[in-house]
Amino acid sequence: MGSTISSIPFAGTSEQEEQLLEVIEQNRDDKGCLMPILQQAQDIYGYLPIEVQKIIAAKTGYPLEKIYGIVTFYSQFSLNPKGKYKISVCLGTACYVKGAGEISDKVKERLGIKNGQCTPDGKFSLEDCRCIGACGLAPVMMINDEVYGKLTVDSIDGILAKYKD
Amino acid sequence: MEMINVKINGMDIAVPEGSTVLQAAHTAGIDIPTLCYLKDINAIGACRICVVEVKGARSLVASCVYPVNEGMEIFTNTPKVLESRKKTLELILSAHERKCLSCVRAGSCELKQLAYDLGVEDEGYYDGENIDYELDLSAAHMVRDNNKCILCRRCVAVCSHNQGVGVIGANERGFSTHISSAFELGLGETSCISCGQCIAVCPVGALTEKDNTDDVLNAIADQDKYVIVQTAPAVRAALGEEFGYPIGTNVEGKMVAALRRIGFKGVFDTNFAADLTIMEEATELVERVTNGGKLPMITSCSPGWIKYCEHYFPDMTENLSTCKSPMQMFGAAAKTYYAEKLGLDSKKMVVVAVMPCTAKKFEIGRDDENAAGVPDVDISITTRELARLIKRLGINFANLPDEKFDEPFGISTGAAIIFGATGGVMEAALRTAVKMITGNDAGNIDFTDVRGIEGIKEASYKVGELDVKVAVASGTANAARLLKKVQSGEADYTFIEIMGCPGGCVNGGGQPQQPAKIRNFEDIRTIRAKALYDQDASSEIRLSHENPAIKAIYDEYFEKPGSHKAHEILHTSYIKRGL
Repeated sequence: MGSTISSIPFAGTSEQEEQLLEVIEQNRDDKGCLMPILQQAQDIYGYLPIEVQKIIAAKTGYPLEKIYGIVTFYSQFSLNPKGKYKISVCLGTACYVKGAGEISDKVKERLGIKNGQCTPDGKFSLEDCRCIGACGLAPVMMINDEVYGKLTVDSIDGILAKYKD
Repeated sequence: MEMINVKINGMDIAVPEGSTVLQAAHTAGIDIPTLCYLKDINAIGACRICVVEVKGARSLVASCVYPVNEGMEIFTNTPKVLESRKKTLELILSAHERKCLSCVRAGSCELKQLAYDLGVEDEGYYDGENIDYELDLSAAHMVRDNNKCILCRRCVAVCSHNQGVGVIGANERGFSTHISSAFELGLGETSCISCGQCIAVCPVGALTEKDNTDDVLNAIADQDKYVIVQTAPAVRAALGEEFGYPIGTNVEGKMVAALRRIGFKGVFDTNFAADLTIMEEATELVERVTNGGKLPMITSCSPGWIKYCEHYFPDMTENLSTCKSPMQMFGAAAKTYYAEKLGLDSKKMVVVAVMPCTAKKFEIGRDDENAAGVPDVDISITTRELARLIKRLGINFANLPDEKFDEPFGISTGAAIIFGATGGVMEAALRTAVKMITGNDAGNIDFTDVRGIEGIKEASYKVGELDVKVAVASGTANAARLLKKVQSGEADYTFIEIMGCPGGCVNGGGQPQQPAKIRNFEDIRTIRAKALYDQDASSEIRLSHENPAIKAIYDEYFEKPGSHKAHEILHTSYIKRGL
């Protein structure tokens, strides 16, 4: 298993770091402080890269591995930033029986990333999701707020091509 | 102590209040099988192997963490209990890579023993898809193989709770759960201190030292090389366990005989270098005390502790004695003094060290550990690897005669032998420091205040005009507690001994693994240490400064302790690593 450090360069600002330090300061004396700190850190940065986890480790005194263990246990936490275009392929029951698995595989193959990851240029991120309430259009996916329905494997290239910039 | 009456399988028995069901059953002569539980280290009731029935309880309970109460009725051997244990074990086996024939733990695997004891008939019954994990070979001292890991978490517990390191833990969840480091970095890229306590507690072959036995055999087979060996004090107190001797049997004589039969040209004792360390370290201490040097001075024998200090207390590396560890001092003296004496090119000399320690494998590759321009020590193997070598070469250990170490590096004292137990270096140093400061030997050379397995020990002595406050810690979590007291100014010690492993080298990460069923009821640290203290008590010479070979090496080579030459060859430097 290779390192899970994101290949996308960390672009945190000093304002974000100030906010994070304040959050840690407010919580660190409480037992079980890591969950609220991690939740708020993810709100601040959008994800929890090694740079952020290292700050939390240094300021709370918890080993980095303990923090990483929590982050990878809960699916609400992400190690990868969200892309400019967030793709969600629905894997709910209706979409799944209509072939959403193949749609998801095709998107992964085209972008060269796995579920939960972001392309190295920061453009696309991919997250499987469960039912977005458009079962009549199954299989569906969303790119940011745009919904694409009645997808076929062959339609994916054309859709992605719309997001050039 | 309040006693509590319980019934175990219908038998009445009284046990101390606060006992667990596991302990109560042990008192009744029944050893409930365990897997994740390890006394003083891991008590999480997670593996469900130790389940029993308790009358009135909703379901089976984990006996390792379930406390007894008055009138409790416990059943350890009902069909329901036995069936549950077996099924749990079969499920664990389904996710375990069962390459048992080629596993280094084939002879000591706790999982294999359980499968046999619990009567597993089909170890592959629940087999399904498994994740294929890559081996982690990144650390100098060990290999991590998650394919064999059964997620008992003993390693995680000992690393974070007992050692205060915490570089391994459970990542992800459900079927993907695995033990690893943050961001799946290799162990060698983390602040792992190489202590090997995780290996010592692993019930299976998931965590093992990097095996260097072939390197030893290849060196011996090379006609161009002159291969000598040194053995640390704690090795002789535990090696016998690998050959069926009771824990705490001192097998020094047979060990020497076995090493000679392996083919080493000189079979020497690290104890000699321990005496040398005492001369240098006591001199350094007296010098720091009289010249206003950095205090407290802290011992530097334990490479796990050194690495811990460099990572976790980088501001305190100036407090470390600059003395190399005895193993490195031995190698340095062998490749300078002894090589010159033999008229041998130091590049042709191979120094093998047999150590109770895995961090020694890291230490031999450190900077500033190459007095003769080549590494002081070439190969460091653990007590377990020595046992493996002896077995592989067909040496009949039990029938070996007791033989003596070779001279000159085989001559040592009682002060040196106790280096293998927590407090031993302190005691040995005090014996010599008293002589150096007052000109006379101490009236009583047994400094018993610093003996024993407590994590932190303190004492103060009047030496001449000086008040000497000392402290001893073993296990790096205890070391951290002690050092925080020093940093806050709460304590002002003169001299501190720290050993990386709890109990010192006798419980080192390279020592024979004792299974939970032994460790849960006996303290192997105390029993092994007794073998060393007994040897000290019966030694003819018990003071390092009276070792004739030590006197000779200073007369012939180093002039005096702390001389310029001694500093060049026998001392080293440290790195502020941080986290």
